[in-house]
Amino acid sequence: MKRRKVDLAQAPVAVARGTDERFQAATPLRALLNKVFPDHWSFLLGEIALFSFIVLLLTGVFLTLFFDPSMKEVAYDGPYSALRGTEMSAAYESSLRLSFEVRGGLFMRQMHHWAALLFMASIVVHMARIFFTGAYRKPREINWVIGIILFLLGFFAGFTGYSLPDDGLSGTGLRIASAIMLSFPIIGTWLSAAVFGGEFPGHLIIGRFYIAHVLLIPGGLLALISIHLALVFKQKHTQWPGPMRTNTNVVGERMFPRYALKQGGFFMACFGTIALLAGLFQINPIWLFGPYRASEVSSASQPDWYVMFMDGLVRLMPNWQIYIGNYSIPPLFWPAGVGLGVIFTLPLLWPWLESRKSGDKRIHNLLERPRDNPERVGIGAMAFTFFLVATISGANDVIADKFHISLNAMTWAGRIGLIVGPPLMYWVAVRICLGLQQHDREVLAHGVETGIIRRLPNGQFVEVHQPLGPVDDHGHPEPLEYGGWVVPKKMNRVGALAPAIKGFFFPVEKPAEAPVSPGMPPVSGKDREEIGSGR
Amino acid sequence: MTTVHHDTEPAQPVDVHDPKMTRFDIVKEGLRRDEIEIITYESQFQGRDSKAEKRVVRNIALLFMLSGLAALVFLAAYIWWPWRFELGETMSDFYTPILGISLGVSLFALGFAILAWAKKLLPHEVSIQARHDGASPSDEQLITGQTALFVGDELAGGVQRRPLLKGAIGLAAAPLGIVAAAPLIGGLIENPHKGSPPPLFSTGFNPVHNNGQPVRLAREDGTPIRPEDISTGGQATVFPGIPHGATNEFADSPTLLIHLRADDAEETRRNAEADRRNAGSMYGDYVAYSKICTHAGCPASLYEQQTNRLLCPCHQSQFLITRNAQPVFGPASRRLPMLPLGVDDEGYFVAKSDFKDTVGPDFWERP
Repeated sequence: MKRRKVDLAQAPVAVARGTDERFQAATPLRALLNKVFPDHWSFLLGEIALFSFIVLLLTGVFLTLFFDPSMKEVAYDGPYSALRGTEMSAAYESSLRLSFEVRGGLFMRQMHHWAALLFMASIVVHMARIFFTGAYRKPREINWVIGIILFLLGFFAGFTGYSLPDDGLSGTGLRIASAIMLSFPIIGTWLSAAVFGGEFPGHLIIGRFYIAHVLLIPGGLLALISIHLALVFKQKHTQWPGPMRTNTNVVGERMFPRYALKQGGFFMACFGTIALLAGLFQINPIWLFGPYRASEVSSASQPDWYVMFMDGLVRLMPNWQIYIGNYSIPPLFWPAGVGLGVIFTLPLLWPWLESRKSGDKRIHNLLERPRDNPERVGIGAMAFTFFLVATISGANDVIADKFHISLNAMTWAGRIGLIVGPPLMYWVAVRICLGLQQHDREVLAHGVETGIIRRLPNGQFVEVHQPLGPVDDHGHPEPLEYGGWVVPKKMNRVGALAPAIKGFFFPVEKPAEAPVSPGMPPVSGKDREEIGSGR
Repeated sequence: MTTVHHDTEPAQPVDVHDPKMTRFDIVKEGLRRDEIEIITYESQFQGRDSKAEKRVVRNIALLFMLSGLAALVFLAAYIWWPWRFELGETMSDFYTPILGISLGVSLFALGFAILAWAKKLLPHEVSIQARHDGASPSDEQLITGQTALFVGDELAGGVQRRPLLKGAIGLAAAPLGIVAAAPLIGGLIENPHKGSPPPLFSTGFNPVHNNGQPVRLAREDGTPIRPEDISTGGQATVFPGIPHGATNEFADSPTLLIHLRADDAEETRRNAEADRRNAGSMYGDYVAYSKICTHAGCPASLYEQQTNRLLCPCHQSQFLITRNAQPVFGPASRRLPMLPLGVDDEGYFVAKSDFKDTVGPDFWERP
């Protein structure tokens, strides 16, 4: 039998045909290659969260290879001599080993921690973008809800994660978590006993947090992130208003080649940022905290930044205890139990609250500039002021120490700020939005300020305005409609200046000729004359 | 590179098998089928091989090479740099920074190379794709709704007609549903009050842990303490003098033993004697308070000698030692429990009994 010669050049075609025969992939694949994405820098904030999550998964798997989630007491016998001979849990001992005795282990640990901080930060900033531009409106309410749940999951992923090393700082965090559970009315003691397997600290909590941190929570995150992205894909991204852009189209670039390539580059830049942070900035130096001892804590005990708002609320809460017969509700319950619940529930319901109030049930694919919805911006400013005051209060002892302020004054400032700040910032934000709106309308009605001052025959000075549209018989601009998009407010935005020269150190291209006004021929060298004394 | 400019007429279907079609024509046919209109697709450079294009290509190539070089630096450092930790200033201190910088530079260079490639070399493009949102056509809605109802009728309606099935399904489902919850409840739920003495209301100073004898106060290493071991104005953290007394097994037991100055001690005693529970708990000028904050359970361990206050570093609750450790500032609502102090025959401190108040963070059923 004669062997048939394999035609290598035809192999891709054969494979592609074979694949299509089995999976009918041609049409969906083409639709994927062709899918159009709108582009704006603010649409990349969510990507940072996604990329950080990928780094978290990669580094996290590495860490599990060396971490021992056990609370068995062992004596440390490693190279870090300050702790040698100290009794500690196997979890803490293996975290030290990971930091000191695994090649590149400390780097991976720090990368994991920095990626987690970046993950949470980008979620918050991404959420602010979604909120202030109204991107959560119909039909995207469910994706907003998923986003909030992702933050909540990230919050618990972070807390369970930094509790694992069982060092002095994280043990204190666990102690507070147990106290928060205890503070719940009726079920408190049962809740804490169920989670810790008896009285705090017990012997189980690290193992339980471990499985939550490496399987349950990441599983939830992965599933919800997939749904989040699938919905963005299915519902197509929102876009800013602008030329050609309508509520029923997407203006942008096709996914391939340019858009996907840019995403890849951006991923590498995010990854690089995390690597630089991890290499250059020490984070969570657990060996300095020592193993957890119920009797020891250092001053300036702060959780990671995304938990700090809760710590701040707990610090600011006045010591109001409620007694009901033989029972009581400790003050800790209000900020940590009720507070956390409200802080997550209100945003969850926000899209429906807003559409109920405005009666707007239409589908929105065009974003709204923040200034065009002052009330929303005001509410957002309120929420972020609250979050910020609470977060700052979570470090009020450090601020008091570094700036020589009384600790009690810091607490009182936080208490007052938490109540006075949000309404104040609501008012400020609404006023700013209205001012910006008004200025947009002014420019549309009168034109751009040119900076040229003209003196009228009667001696009055007026500034010459460049109309943005046609003018009527008297030379007055005809009023223009506001299109929901940026109004040019500077002369170089309407082409008054020569185009920017390309190139960093020297021009890559010959600069284009500056537009020449027919009334004012450009001044050349021979026309110039040195200004002398006049004699 | 192909330059396309917006033409007003909508694209017409074409025969893609026509041999005269260029590849881009076929691509455009695909776009038409995906309801995409390509408005602009043009090279960012004038002509082929322009000076500007060559410069961009050179820069991108340089970035790729820089990326590879930095990756090599990472590998070399990873393999040969002395990485084992030693206390003091050694070469190993620079191991993590070198890894971070080399990997960071490598990834950044790669990222910028890709970004520059995409943004500068690939043609500039504006495309418009149609969106379809809103509900499905009304007949589709109707058909799907009726189908669902039909399925519902078949199942639920069938059960309605056959009452025996209804009961039987209920009998099967209810116990099996509880089975799913049973291991969680049976395994996880613990009675927080089981045990004698009840754990939430007792500490390591309970005489039960010492065969009914009063428990000694001990340092972290287990050695007992005499009154003269603590100078006036001084303080020490003490633990129950029982096996494992200083470990996290007795996490609610750490106690702060304070030797007060005479005038402060006088005031403290006066306030303690006036209190039903704290009366008789001081020993001379010595007083002992639970170190576990009644707010969230952190050790309230910062002792301000001048004002006689204890500060909890977690949430800044402040307790006034001379006034039965009542909270004077911050979120704590309950005073720190006082340990009844005594001295045994050998002159060592003992706890005459367990704390009389409940130690640690507050909860619902605390009496």
